[in-house]
Amino acid sequence: MLIERTWKRWVYFYIPLTVFVVGTLFPFYWMLITAIRPDAELYRSWRAATNTPFWTLQPTLEHFRDLMAKTTFPQWLWNTFFIAVASTAISLFCGLLAGYALARLRFPMAGALGTSIFVTYLVPPTLLFIPLANIIRTFQLGDTPWALILTYPTFLIPFCTWLLMGYFKTIPKELEECARIDGATRFGAMLRIIFPIAVPGILSAGIFAFTLSWNEFIYALVFLSSPEKKTVPVGVVSELIRGDIYFWGQLMAGALLGSIPVALVYSFFVEYYVTGLTGSVKG
Amino acid sequence: MAQVMMKDLNKKYDEVHAVKDVNLHIRDKEFIVLVGPSGCGKSTTLRMVAGLEEITAGEITIGDRVVNDLPPKDRDIAMVFQNYALYPHMTVYDNMAFGLKMRKFPKVEIQKRVQDAAEILGIQELLKRKPRQLSGGQRQRVAVGRAIVRHPQVFLFDEPLSNLDAKLRVQMRVELKRLHERLETTAIYVTHDQVEAMTLGDRVVVMKDGWIQQVGEPLELYGKPANKFVAGFIGSPAMNFVDVKVADANGALWAETQGLRVKVPPIHTSRLVPYKGQQVTLGVRPEDLQLASGSDPSEYVFDAVVDVVEPLGSEILLDLRAGNSTIVARVEPTVRLKVHEKTRLALTPDRAHFFDLKTELAI
Amino acid sequence: MNKPIAGGAGSAAGLEVVLPHPRTTQPQRLTRLLENERALAALLLAPAVVILGTFIAYPFIMGVWLSLSSTSVGNAGEFVGVKNFAKAWNDSIFRTAFGNTFFYTFWATLFKLTLGMWLALLLNRHFRGKRIVRASMLLPFIVPTVLSTFAWRWMFDPTFSVLNWLLFRADLITTKLPFLSDGTYGMWCAIVVNTWRGMPFFAITLLAGLQTINPDLHEASSLDGANGWKRFWYVTWPLLKPVTIVVVVFSVIQTFSDFQLIYVLTGGGPANSTHLLATYAYQVGVATGLLGEGAAISLFMLPVLFVVVWLQLRYLRRMEGA
Repeated sequence: MLIERTWKRWVYFYIPLTVFVVGTLFPFYWMLITAIRPDAELYRSWRAATNTPFWTLQPTLEHFRDLMAKTTFPQWLWNTFFIAVASTAISLFCGLLAGYALARLRFPMAGALGTSIFVTYLVPPTLLFIPLANIIRTFQLGDTPWALILTYPTFLIPFCTWLLMGYFKTIPKELEECARIDGATRFGAMLRIIFPIAVPGILSAGIFAFTLSWNEFIYALVFLSSPEKKTVPVGVVSELIRGDIYFWGQLMAGALLGSIPVALVYSFFVEYYVTGLTGSVKG
Repeated sequence: MAQVMMKDLNKKYDEVHAVKDVNLHIRDKEFIVLVGPSGCGKSTTLRMVAGLEEITAGEITIGDRVVNDLPPKDRDIAMVFQNYALYPHMTVYDNMAFGLKMRKFPKVEIQKRVQDAAEILGIQELLKRKPRQLSGGQRQRVAVGRAIVRHPQVFLFDEPLSNLDAKLRVQMRVELKRLHERLETTAIYVTHDQVEAMTLGDRVVVMKDGWIQQVGEPLELYGKPANKFVAGFIGSPAMNFVDVKVADANGALWAETQGLRVKVPPIHTSRLVPYKGQQVTLGVRPEDLQLASGSDPSEYVFDAVVDVVEPLGSEILLDLRAGNSTIVARVEPTVRLKVHEKTRLALTPDRAHFFDLKTELAI
Repeated sequence: MNKPIAGGAGSAAGLEVVLPHPRTTQPQRLTRLLENERALAALLLAPAVVILGTFIAYPFIMGVWLSLSSTSVGNAGEFVGVKNFAKAWNDSIFRTAFGNTFFYTFWATLFKLTLGMWLALLLNRHFRGKRIVRASMLLPFIVPTVLSTFAWRWMFDPTFSVLNWLLFRADLITTKLPFLSDGTYGMWCAIVVNTWRGMPFFAITLLAGLQTINPDLHEASSLDGANGWKRFWYVTWPLLKPVTIVVVVFSVIQTFSDFQLIYVLTGGGPANSTHLLATYAYQVGVATGLLGEGAAISLFMLPVLFVVVWLQLRYLRRMEGA
């Protein structure tokens, strides 16, 4: 460690870091404080002397209660969860197989295929949502969870494939060669030797894919229309704003509850998530 | 127990011709070593036997079966890899049992075989551990154990000792040799280390650039190298090479170059006659050079100046300069010579080698 | 442990038992097929290729067709050539959106890179509670953008903005700032929120890059007399450049095609002054139902994305070559 003076450490380190931490977390604090603040306090004039914006003396759960009782929020949570799990599972399945093939097998066009999967990885959903809406309609998948379960993999598969391909390349190929000599088929060696070893990579890809699909917005917005079929992000946007009126208490309660599942998954698997995050941009 | 035949074996990658027309007959129970510098095709050859590389042309027979189109699992072989390739998610026991489980052996039989192998290798206490809890030497033993439980027809070793430190390597070398004598199974062993090749092999195959250079018993390779490459590759320190001109004088042939002139030993004379007046390469092993004493015949003695002295304890290596040539001599540890000192060297006449300058074949 | 392999006398017996080799059954057709590298590769790649083909390649082609047609909801439409593109180009809202997209991408990426690099350097030092700080810094990135943007929208609320309250109390302003009710302010607010959301991605990825740099290099350069800034400029930055380029490419693509942040924060308003290409395409294509024109607007993103992806691929090739 390089030695430095105390005041320098404060100016160059503690103060900037504190600003970063406060700036990063303040919106979440604001979400929380708004969600538990009674309406009377929420809409008080900002110049009022009695205004205490940073805390409340009458915390209330009424917004949460209203959210649960007056909207289909629990249903949205379930929809989001189900869609995220299903699309993650499909993507992991495809990504595992494709990633293995690209990392290990020699076949013509391997390079071109790898490149095109990488390119699809970079195609943003906003480029394709209009024609995709047409296709969803053609397949009669509109307003069903399948519209999302089948389209989320378009950005999850390239990601999973890319990440797992990188992971497979770090596993010595002698392991599966040895397994094949020991009596396994190529497929068997992949299943019994490589996949179990790749569990950390699979977890990383899975966690990351789950949060990506939990957060997806535009496809869900365009492909779903019935209130009870919506996902949390779309439900909050379209059902909690009636006309021009924003129910801020409920909105923030919904935002908070909608964030908690991903935040939980994240907090349990921070390291895997970070691996997924950093691995997703490396070759 | 089986013989292995390779017939006109070839391997081509996109641009590289890695193995060229290899023909080899490995006898039943033989321990054969493929040796050569990296990229010589030895590993590729082994991997073709294993079924891990497709055969471009030619034929491999194990026992009496042509195995070209058999997947590795059906070839009844076992292989030990340089990095051991232990399955990290399985215990030592499961590692060793894996091959038997895949072949659907009864549980009791698996247990018995693993126990026996573990006993032979002295790793009974390690059976419940995971590979990452083992030292390099222990991993090596597990890798060997995994191969022997299978009772395969052929053992394949791909540089199995390269990842061990020097001391352990010598020890494992001896153990592998004992193991082979006991199991009496055909073994093909790949290494880049000529000492390993010489000590382990019943026969040694020297390869370079995809070609087999020479096949023979260790001492045969050492004493009668077929070409300059084998001569230089086998033996450490390596054989000295000096390009000389064959000259006819006083009714005898002489090998001469600037600052160095020795008589062609009688056993080589007849073969060197056609080269009269031409350049050839003279090869002398460091141990075939001594400091000249009065009794040495003067026509095999030449002047040299000491460049470097490397005392190794049991012997001394001298780097000397004779004319334009640099020469290494291995001399008695009692010799006291200093840098820049002048001395005279004598070569053992019937141990000299001559090589054609162009084809590099032994003359 | 150092017991010789073939030493013990008693242990020999076991291995000598001759067992019949298990019969080698003739492999069945399927397993034999799977032993073939090419066949196996085709099989393993099939699911991914089918899904990506159906839901990326096909919609892409369809998108191009739509953009050249007069299709709208409930109307099959016909081929109209580049009319949709021409119409968009002559549309002042489109022009604003087009300009906004570049403006937004440029500034947001610049801020994210600068702040992210700074944060990464801070997080690369040793301090107590580092793990928890690092973990909490990623929160903006993992929480659904739509939901966190609502919090920002509430913070920018015209009547109840806490930020206005703060600035007022600090005597920095006397009247409320029109955060989202003015186009210019609105764009900058969106850039702030995007920076807030995307910076952790930069910070964590750059941090991972920083951690691969051998600390010996820093020791060596400080022995050579380099101060903090010089060390960063001559040692850290060049080594970090590959990671940085990749992260910037990813961020540019995502920011350039951003939708949800603007959709929630301003909805493109006031008076369509804060639209990005994606939100405007949505407004025209989905909200109004003019699929052809909407598809054309979103295809305007393609050239830029194409250039960025091409640069990225070229860069990857060079890295592989090196």
